[in-house]
Amino acid sequence: MSDIIELTLVELANKIKKKEISSKEVTTAYVDRSEKSKKLNTYITEDFENALKKADNFDKNPNYEKKLSGIPMAVKDLFCTKNLRTTAGSKILGNFIPTYESTVTENLWNAGAILLGKLNCDEFAMGSSNETSFFGNVQNPVGEDLVPGGSSGGSASALAAKLTPITIGTDTGGSIRQPASFTGTVGLKPTYGSCSRYGIVAFASSLDQAGPMTRDVKDCSLLFEVMSSYDYKDSTSVDFKRRNYLNDLNNSIKGKKIGIPKEYRVDDMPKEIEGLWQKGIDIIKESGAEIIDISLPNTNYALPTYYIVAPAEASSNLARYDGVKYGFRSKGENLIEMYEKTRSEGFGNEVKRRIMIGTYVLSSGYYDAYYLKAQKVRKLIKNDFDEVYKKVDAILTPSTPSSAFKIGEKTNDPVSMYLNDIFTVPINLAGLPAISIPAGLDSKGYPLGLQIIGKAFDEQNILNIAYSMEEQIDFKNEIKDWWM
Amino acid sequence: MGIDLKTVKHISKLSRISIDDEKAKKLEADLNSIFSFIEKLNELETQQVEPLSSIAETTLQLRKDEIKSTNIRDQILKNSPEESKDFFVVPKVVE
Amino acid sequence: MAKNQSEYLIKRNNNEYEVIIGLEVHAQVLSESKLFSSSPTKFGAEPNTQVSLVDAAFPGMLPVINEFCIKQAIKTGIGLNAKINKRSIFDRKNYFYADLPQGYQISQYKNPIVGEGSITLDLPTGEKIVGIERLHLEQDAGKSIHDMDPQNTLVDLNRSGVALMEIVSKPDLRSLEEVNAYVKKLRSIMRYLGTCDGNMQEGSLRADVNVSVRKKGQKGFGTRCEIKNVNSIKFMQMAIDYEANRQVDIIEDGGTIDQETRLFDIKKNETRSMRSKEDAHDYRYFPDPDLLPLELSDKFINDLKKNIPELPDEKKKRFIEKFKLSSYEATILVSDIETSKYFEEVIEKSDVKLSTNWITGELFALLNEKNLEISQSPITAKNLSKLINLIKNGTISGKIAKSVFEIMTERDKDPQTIIEEKGLKQQSDPMELEKLIDKVINDNQDKVKEYKSGKEKLFGFFVGQAMKVSSGKANPQLVNEILKKKLK
Repeated sequence: MSDIIELTLVELANKIKKKEISSKEVTTAYVDRSEKSKKLNTYITEDFENALKKADNFDKNPNYEKKLSGIPMAVKDLFCTKNLRTTAGSKILGNFIPTYESTVTENLWNAGAILLGKLNCDEFAMGSSNETSFFGNVQNPVGEDLVPGGSSGGSASALAAKLTPITIGTDTGGSIRQPASFTGTVGLKPTYGSCSRYGIVAFASSLDQAGPMTRDVKDCSLLFEVMSSYDYKDSTSVDFKRRNYLNDLNNSIKGKKIGIPKEYRVDDMPKEIEGLWQKGIDIIKESGAEIIDISLPNTNYALPTYYIVAPAEASSNLARYDGVKYGFRSKGENLIEMYEKTRSEGFGNEVKRRIMIGTYVLSSGYYDAYYLKAQKVRKLIKNDFDEVYKKVDAILTPSTPSSAFKIGEKTNDPVSMYLNDIFTVPINLAGLPAISIPAGLDSKGYPLGLQIIGKAFDEQNILNIAYSMEEQIDFKNEIKDWWM
Repeated sequence: MGIDLKTVKHISKLSRISIDDEKAKKLEADLNSIFSFIEKLNELETQQVEPLSSIAETTLQLRKDEIKSTNIRDQILKNSPEESKDFFVVPKVVE
Repeated sequence: MAKNQSEYLIKRNNNEYEVIIGLEVHAQVLSESKLFSSSPTKFGAEPNTQVSLVDAAFPGMLPVINEFCIKQAIKTGIGLNAKINKRSIFDRKNYFYADLPQGYQISQYKNPIVGEGSITLDLPTGEKIVGIERLHLEQDAGKSIHDMDPQNTLVDLNRSGVALMEIVSKPDLRSLEEVNAYVKKLRSIMRYLGTCDGNMQEGSLRADVNVSVRKKGQKGFGTRCEIKNVNSIKFMQMAIDYEANRQVDIIEDGGTIDQETRLFDIKKNETRSMRSKEDAHDYRYFPDPDLLPLELSDKFINDLKKNIPELPDEKKKRFIEKFKLSSYEATILVSDIETSKYFEEVIEKSDVKLSTNWITGELFALLNEKNLEISQSPITAKNLSKLINLIKNGTISGKIAKSVFEIMTERDKDPQTIIEEKGLKQQSDPMELEKLIDKVINDNQDKVKEYKSGKEKLFGFFVGQAMKVSSGKANPQLVNEILKKKLK
């Protein structure tokens, strides 16, 4: 039985199709393990009873033609799931039960997958350590009292701890890739517009993108195939020819040109990160691809740009949480008092901070100096990538400037928390795809990831490169089940 | 660009989030630290640069003028904080 | 440009003040579904039954724009002789209110879909051209109901998300009469185009009125105040009059006008400052990241231009040139699309002059009396046309026609049928008439003597007698002719 949880998605899917195992067996294995792992605090809402029923029903009436036939999985609590509580990690949606389904999760269930429950995340996806959730911190299975990263911390932790075979998250400034790096798993942020945003609790509309989080690149390719679709209900959804990413996976990267951006070599870069990056460069060279030094001159302006654009959009997107139509409401003598108390009590500190930043940078007299300026710099950052992509096919960088830190270590200094996203943020600003794969362990034995950035809509290419590197790296997560 | 307590109070009013003096002081410090970090953008000359209008590589999709949504009042009011069959109920606005 | 003979001036002490007026009209777009969602737009539905998840701003909901609403806005722009902007942007206007579920309204700020244009007003003193600043599309808000519950406000989101066209005029209006003409003309153009039904009682058309004053002859504009959400022309005029006088009083007292937003209180007949807006709204406009810029092709715009129907100004010109109507008559007949349709249907088969007179005379009087729109006329164009033809071919006299008209009001019967039923055919047989007239003359020899000796006015007496004897059926023209002959 315990072998079931060791299987990857691709292996599981095959075994189920061949009737070697039943969906009920798989689901039971994951439910059991999840029930024993409450210490990690990865789940906000469990739906185990229903999951077991659905697995049972599947086995009684199986359809093996689907890509995720009978596969149980938990998802980040930012995706609206019909009739199952969806909180976005916040008190203000603490009892919200959607009557509708997000397009991405709809795609999963249509492909035969079964919902296990909703996973913890930073409140409204704002955070890099899953320490801002109203429902408490998440533990990184890599080590006790370590953060799993954020905002998709619950997802990464559950995945690494094998409480779910696969999961999905969202990435606005690094929220899939950074936790993937911290937990030794694979996380893909696809090109902006490839996965529908309909039914996902919005944080920053021009940056948010849902993506797969898996144990390996093959799983990632398959899950991405299922998630990605054109959705007319999302005006920013792009209608492009989506490939059979798994079938077309190819580990030969001979002749590919991989760029190494000098601006990513930051001051005080830890030697281990530098070493890891070099390891990646060597692997690529050995595989017959070419390493090219490139420059992305406006890289250093990406974080400040992000911390104007994202809060600005968030301040507007979160205005709907006013206690009028749904969610938490605090009593007030009049409407304004009701608003002020509801939002003050319903939102956590980080969310309030970002709403205030956002409100300020859009306010009268400051719009030009901040928001407009940031949109111009964003253009420059995108241009940087467009330029280098005339010379290279993909870019290799570290995923994070460090491995997982201790819970509570960075909570007092917002800026030091923001610096976690230094390598991931430029990619969201440019709308490009990027994948993080585990590349090694640091001296403390904690995982570190490497990031491969691609051209828009060229996920196949970065999946291929990741697949090739993964084979050479042969990463092994040394997670012991210390929390059980 | 320093942010003072008065500004913090003004922004919290605009964003409809009530804030006590103690929290306001902490926020003042946090915001100032975040803003000095953001000020870095002033190093760049961007007069001639066009702001990004959208990162989505597509054009605005136009929808046909058809009614697709039916009466779903039950669903709409289901999560309402106040019990009501047909309206949303809020405390009175002070006109 | 015609000079206003009766200028609208506010006189105080020895000073005369001009009133500068600009209107921001909000017109609900005629469409099946809303601007960014596919729920229905019909007026009068049960509360919250025409609300989609997008309208109620549920988490994760996104806007998708209605192509038809875009077309309606462009058509209106064409009707206003305005520049159609090929590229326009939708911005979020951020503020909090119970009937604004998103906490922002999707509108257009610096890049509206339609730019500058103009409207020609038909005033008694002549034509006046009023400038249009711009037209943009935006979402309407829901409704807050304050008087159903003493403790609470109830919110109905049916209207939330319905497409509005905001049409901003230049500050070219100078009198209450011009305001009336402007709103009527704008409404008429949109009704001709089918882009807005202009039904002010149902709220399809409302206006924010900007008012400022300045001493006559002064250059530049004074500080203006905005009076929000006025939903009838009468109230607009009352509000403007009150506000202009209020401002003049302040200036005369040596004070200055505060730029502010005001409401018109219809019970007290005065404007007052809106207290809740004391910290002036900072709308924090920014382009909506859930949408993209709207880019229109020349073909898209030209296809719409090709299919624009004949609009009031054009139609008026054509009526004057082709049918030789007076400017006054033409103006009335084109003032509303239903009227012009009715007229054009009648004149298909009937004499233009008679049709004009009967429509602008008898029919309008009837509609006014019964407080009906022409589309609700008890007498159809078809039957009025028949009636007019019966007059023209001499079957009945104009006078008899009036009685038939009255009867038609009850039952809209075919006038031919009524005439036959009531035996109202006019007597046009010359032989019969001669006999009749001979009798009248014989019975009134003394009057004949008086007439022949110079009392010409008595002619009318004989006509009257002939009509009396014939129970009104004698053909008046023939009676005239025969009498003239016989009384020579």
